[in-house]
Amino acid sequence: MRLITHNMLSCNIKGVTNGFPLKIEAEKVIEKEVDFNPEFLRHMFAKIEWKALVEAARSLGYAELPEDSPDATAIESSVDDESLLKKLHHALLELHLEEGALVCPETGRKFPVNKGIPNMLLHEDEV
Amino acid sequence: MSSRPEFLAPPEIFYDDSEARKYTSSSRIVEIQARLSERALELLALPEDDVPRFLLDIGCGSGLSGETISENGHQWIGLDISASMLNVAVEREVEGDLLLGDMGQGLGFRAGVIDGAISISAVQWLCNADKSSHEPRLRLKAFFGSLYRCLSRGARAVFQVYPESIAQRELILRQALQAGFGGGLVVDYPHSTKKRKEFLVLTCGSVPTSINDGHKEGDSDDDDDDSEEEENGMVCVSDRSRPRKKQRTNKKGKGREWVLRKKEQSRRKGNDVPADSKYTARKRKSRF
Repeated sequence: MRLITHNMLSCNIKGVTNGFPLKIEAEKVIEKEVDFNPEFLRHMFAKIEWKALVEAARSLGYAELPEDSPDATAIESSVDDESLLKKLHHALLELHLEEGALVCPETGRKFPVNKGIPNMLLHEDEV
Repeated sequence: MSSRPEFLAPPEIFYDDSEARKYTSSSRIVEIQARLSERALELLALPEDDVPRFLLDIGCGSGLSGETISENGHQWIGLDISASMLNVAVEREVEGDLLLGDMGQGLGFRAGVIDGAISISAVQWLCNADKSSHEPRLRLKAFFGSLYRCLSRGARAVFQVYPESIAQRELILRQALQAGFGGGLVVDYPHSTKKRKEFLVLTCGSVPTSINDGHKEGDSDDDDDDSEEEENGMVCVSDRSRPRKKQRTNKKGKGREWVLRKKEQSRRKGNDVPADSKYTARKRKSRF
């Protein structure tokens, strides 16, 4: 699972109001190279929760992202920000959580991740 | 006709390891899936500005439909309830992310982050109650409600469905509209029972000007596609068996006029009918 997906995913248990961001417990992280596409990153930037992304990237052992969210205009112009976009690209699309778990911040419910696939199935009493 | 897989077992059991492998190794299924997802993507009508979009593939299975999305240059997340199908997808090294989840439990995504959703032959599974806790109506409601939430404004969702009956189709459509979606049904090859394909095209937020503006002309690969695409269009859903006209009866019976009319009819046929009198169509007294 890539971090872009993690950044979109929230806990879906009934009654949970604050199921985002899911905490990551990483056991195995792999990297896969993906073609760099600045347009896609610019398009997705508005939708990304920066803080959650930084935290998630840290838990996968990648700490290059700046703490504060970069300005949207800086991302738009990108003349000097190629390096920032590259970092964003790496964090969003190239880091894969292969084995581990996602933990709901409110209930502490664990969603195991096997072979890169998080198991988001809920028990009957959680629906 | 082969029986529908929905009737045999719940999806997570029906698509076990062997069935999942069979599904993906059948070139016929692969081809159909590719064509269906191509068409669904077309109906999604994403803006043509070469910016990759972030799409959702609901019921992605082994990633056959996701491959089409990747070929068109978009990023995607796939959701499926069958772990075996997802394992096949992992083996095939699909580019999208995979989630093991049940769409009837709602989709756990943040609001407004997804640019579009497609689903090939999956939503009809929701109409079955496979467990005692399942209520198709509630599961459809949870699904469409959560989908509406996670789609961005103006995004579309295209579902290819095989509804079993008119009632089922209307159930799906009604739940979608109740969740706030606009849109309707697009039927390809409406006159062919075999090739007939139904697509539920839903829009989130804005009302579409034309449901069918997604299809491009002239760049279809095969010719018979082109000619038949002209037949596409909205077909309104209506029940074929209309409710019978209610007979106007009340406590007093059908009334004197009705009896007189019937007697007249019978007379015209040449039957021997008693003459009309002031007693015609009068009720008998109770003490009789």
